[in-house]
Amino acid sequence: MARYFTDEHEWIDVEGETATVGITDYAQGQLGDIVFVELPDVGTVIDKGKDAAVVESVKAASDVYAPISGEVMETNAALEDDPALVNTSPEEDGWFFKMTIGDKSQFDGLMDEAAYKSFCDGL
Amino acid sequence: MSDDTDDTIAETETLPLDAWHRRKGARMVPFAGYHMPIQFDGIVSEHNWTRSQAGLFDVSHMGQIMVTGEKAAEELEKLLPGAIASLKPGKVRYSLLLDEDGGILDDLMVTNATPWIEGDVDAGDEGRWGEPAYYLVVNGATKWEDIGHLREFIDDDVTLTHMDEHALIALQGPSAATALNRVMRNVIDDMVFMESVTHEFGEWPLRITRSGYTGEDGFEISVPAEFAESLADRLCAEIEVRPIGLGARDSLRLEAGLPLYGHDITTDTDPVSADLGFALTKKRREQGGWMGHEKVMHVLENGPAQKRVGLAIDGRMPAREGAPIYSGDTQVGRITSGGFSPTLERPIAMGYVDTALASEGTELEVEVRNKRLPAKVTKLPFVPHRYHRGN
Repeated sequence: MARYFTDEHEWIDVEGETATVGITDYAQGQLGDIVFVELPDVGTVIDKGKDAAVVESVKAASDVYAPISGEVMETNAALEDDPALVNTSPEEDGWFFKMTIGDKSQFDGLMDEAAYKSFCDGL
Repeated sequence: MSDDTDDTIAETETLPLDAWHRRKGARMVPFAGYHMPIQFDGIVSEHNWTRSQAGLFDVSHMGQIMVTGEKAAEELEKLLPGAIASLKPGKVRYSLLLDEDGGILDDLMVTNATPWIEGDVDAGDEGRWGEPAYYLVVNGATKWEDIGHLREFIDDDVTLTHMDEHALIALQGPSAATALNRVMRNVIDDMVFMESVTHEFGEWPLRITRSGYTGEDGFEISVPAEFAESLADRLCAEIEVRPIGLGARDSLRLEAGLPLYGHDITTDTDPVSADLGFALTKKRREQGGWMGHEKVMHVLENGPAQKRVGLAIDGRMPAREGAPIYSGDTQVGRITSGGFSPTLERPIAMGYVDTALASEGTELEVEVRNKRLPAKVTKLPFVPHRYHRGN
């Protein structure tokens, strides 16, 4: 399983033909206490870089963009009852949605864990 | 604001507790022209701490203005719709600065700060009141315009002193009095909500006012900037007290139903629509003589087109400033501030709706990202005030 990162602070786990998407620990730390996550409907076809989800903290709403293009297969129902999972377990239990991989070449521009870490260190 | 080039845009300034906040791990953001702490541990935990213990808030961005002179009260009454002349020394009143159209230029606290001059009791001189003085606390983002407005309309015999070398520290929460009492004995024992005293704490000349912006019991302490860090350290040494950022300040005041200037009240809103009629003292409504009187009386007599209300929103998705409010297909208002209530664990908001739909229990909808959320008009405050009003 490969994990990629975007400069918008999302992570993508790739397993076979499916990608799981969430936001990084750095992102949740910046957003603060998360009180609501608006997830896309299953079956929605989303384009890379377009709005895919919205994260609401106490203070503000933030868009989450699709890191790649594809179709939403499943969303994380646990976030409905416990959106704070994004704070407590951003890169595991607090995943947002699973999607098909429309175009594998879109991974080319993404970062691996080491590259993402140095990207965050530079912020 | 001017649209001049970049170098006329004021640089973000630092306040006396800037380094103190950074040492405490604050995340700093620009606010009202200053670097301010938005949060320390996290907004929800700071919010809940303030509701259960006591929070220390740096509100030094706010404008502290001393208005002095024999005619200070009557001159202030030309601009403020509240009774100032009858405000006794040591008493505090919430008031408004209004423009000619009755629009709200700012909201503020006015304290009668007239000093008592001790006499020689042995010689039969009990003392006397000194020169009339009124201590104003105005919003940070509007303070320069407020000072200009006051200076323009108040007689030159009345002196305005901008106390810009004073910090302002708020201590808020059910344990605020306990903590403050341990630091300074016998200072606040007899004080109730909306009273103010001066106190020499060692060499620090303080003004302590029992007031705040959270709905809790608490105090606002004006302190010379040079002593601000030491005072903040003294207070935070108490087990009940933690520093709290602007984020929780906003969620606390929203739960308390308190309007935020520039959002819930602006020059486009008047005191009647804003449901701040209590700031219009009855006698002064009748007498007039204050800026905006004619327009405000017109709204009072005819009723406002819209009113500020509280809205409890179904579900968990917050509705924020700007969200339109609907009754059926008709837009009937707009949210002016909204967010998630940590105390009630649900979204709450304030906004203006057509007066016919402003009564408690009215079922409306707000629109967030093309979704309609059920919203019910709810009594303010959302979370009951717990001010110390005495026995």
